[in-house]
Amino acid sequence: MATEAKADFTSNLGRIYTIYTGGFIAFVIFIAILERMGVPNTILGYLFVAFTIGVYAAIGILSRTMQVDEYYVAGRKVPSFYNGMATAADWMSAASFIGMAGTLYLLGYDGLAFILGWTGGYVLVATLIAPYLRKFGCYTVPDFLAFRFGGNAARIAGIVVLMSCSFTYVVAQIVGTGLIGARLLGMSFEMAVFVGLVGILVCSMLGGMRAVTWTQVAQYIVLIIAYLVPVVILSTQKFGIPIPQLTYGTVLSEIQIKEAALGVAATASHIVPFARYDPLNFFALVLCLMVGTASLPHVLMRYFTTPSVREARSSVAWTLLFIFILYFTAPAYAAFAKLEVFENVIGKPLGQLPGWIYSYGKIGLIQICGVNAVDVATITAACGRIAGHTGVLGLANFAIQADAIVIATPEIAGLPYVVSGLVAAGGLAAALSTADGLLLAIANALSHDVYSRMINKNAPVARKLIIARVLLVVVAVLAAWVASGRPADIVAMVAWAFSLAAAGLFPALVMGIWSKNTTSAGAVAGIWAGFLTTLVYLVVTRYFPGFGVDYLGMYSNVSPTTGRALVDLAKIKAETPQIFNQGMVLINHPMASRVGWFNVANISAGLFGMPVGFLTMWIVSKFTTAPSSEMQSFIDDIRRPRGAAVMIEK
Amino acid sequence: MSEPNKVQAHWAETQRLTYIMLGIWAFFSFFIHMFAPALNGIKILGFPLGFYMAAQGSLIVFVAQLFWFSGAQDKVDRKYGMAEDD
Repeated sequence: MATEAKADFTSNLGRIYTIYTGGFIAFVIFIAILERMGVPNTILGYLFVAFTIGVYAAIGILSRTMQVDEYYVAGRKVPSFYNGMATAADWMSAASFIGMAGTLYLLGYDGLAFILGWTGGYVLVATLIAPYLRKFGCYTVPDFLAFRFGGNAARIAGIVVLMSCSFTYVVAQIVGTGLIGARLLGMSFEMAVFVGLVGILVCSMLGGMRAVTWTQVAQYIVLIIAYLVPVVILSTQKFGIPIPQLTYGTVLSEIQIKEAALGVAATASHIVPFARYDPLNFFALVLCLMVGTASLPHVLMRYFTTPSVREARSSVAWTLLFIFILYFTAPAYAAFAKLEVFENVIGKPLGQLPGWIYSYGKIGLIQICGVNAVDVATITAACGRIAGHTGVLGLANFAIQADAIVIATPEIAGLPYVVSGLVAAGGLAAALSTADGLLLAIANALSHDVYSRMINKNAPVARKLIIARVLLVVVAVLAAWVASGRPADIVAMVAWAFSLAAAGLFPALVMGIWSKNTTSAGAVAGIWAGFLTTLVYLVVTRYFPGFGVDYLGMYSNVSPTTGRALVDLAKIKAETPQIFNQGMVLINHPMASRVGWFNVANISAGLFGMPVGFLTMWIVSKFTTAPSSEMQSFIDDIRRPRGAAVMIEK
Repeated sequence: MSEPNKVQAHWAETQRLTYIMLGIWAFFSFFIHMFAPALNGIKILGFPLGFYMAAQGSLIVFVAQLFWFSGAQDKVDRKYGMAEDD
């Protein structure tokens, strides 16, 4: 009976998700009608949250399971197209949805490093790693490391890297749900964090990977509709063509004309490359993000769920297509918003600014003359204190936070609140889907790798699944508790995850598959060497710059435009030694994140760790006994799709 | 072809395909963007070409490349009798 119902479900996926999409659109129209009838915005916002989370919860409960295979890898029956959608939702976080367009707004061309880095990595996933891990047949990434590299030393190294990339990442997603709730739906931050926690747990606890997969597909549909609608409408209003990805070319031309008129230096233009990152840092960032993508466990484990190796490969292609739809739209958001600012905000008298400035100034996303743009009186007073201010808003006195761009676009386009509510629902879907995947990666490493593989190898299935769920709840509550303190540092650390994964996991995964000569000792040494090099570089440059300069031979990074040092280290050391030698420094310290080796910014720390990892692995392998012929034939097995999985779970 | 030869030939061709893929990847991830300042002089539909390549062009190549790869690798697997259903 149960299997019949399940077969029914997988063979009817197309119809089920088409009905779901139609239902969601009908729901949005229903909210639009309620808005016309005068229902207040707060209630509409709550309806959006309640409806979408309710649907995810229903999917989570319907997908509950008591089978290990279903819990860890969704029974390996997710078709490649749907796994592509689920992985896209797994991948695109709150930061992709809310923050990326704003990053492009602020950085112009150089922000495209994120667009390139977060897409091109999938070529590495498809060609180097995912199909081989699928053939291997493991439940988690550390499982593969342990098997290939002879046991628990490699497993523990893998778990440590996994934890250090994934935990900060999951905290950032929960902070993301808090911010979306607080800014768009008028909830308190703590309340929104709690809603996020509940949303995550109902989707993952009862059904593990199986439930997370089917909710992520549902979440992808919500987030992609929500992301496209505002900017498609904006493009249609302006050009009569509903393809913003095409029409923003014209917008870029108009931006350049406006920039010239406003006196923006030609070297600082939106389209000029290498003005904020020099070429070394631009390409280093692209490389670290790509390689990091190819090694993050919460992404790789999604490809364990396809029915075959062939489908694992095509699934990576679908994933990238679904991600591409959002990522090639983000620069359009940035361009449309920038033109709006140049046309209707900059150069206008303070009394004539558009209303959206104040809507987002009130929640701290826009500052004018150094204060939050709460209302006309406040900004007029603040600008009045600036000597020689003419009462006309200049470029230098206007500051907008990256998070404001996507959130503000519906109001810029003059759209009703229903569209803002839709964007909030999309942002929540992006944050929740990523949090689900990360949480599962963390909890599975603890329950499968630590408990089932190391502590109690003979535990009965029911016990294993109970432990898995208890750990899932514990990790989720811990992450939500950390998130409720609004840890700015942890949110900033998310970018670190890519460098840490790139240096800690990528060499071991690639060499484990592609080199028969890599030994267990080599791999374990390589993981630690790559990971620790990266970690030390990150922590020292950000928190202990004085120590780095004195003991690790670091010096000031240079400005990409002038080529001059960002900080005068000798001067700080001579004049204010207490500042130079300060222990752990805050982000506003003059030297924080401004020192390093060879001018490499700390976000690209993997540039050092990766070669260190590969080299250590190669050298140590040279001097240790080569893998057994049995292991070599296992590697041959992994390299061809034919035949049974190497590791078969009991 | 004997079985061990087939295994070897299959892996050699798989490697070759992978290196081609990585070559395309490296070209569109890094090489072409080194010329972004020069490419920006060319405009298509208002897009400076250097900007366009980083914002869309390379991405389109990556997507197309992966669909092509999954087909091509499958052909290699079948050719040597190494596909799952063989």
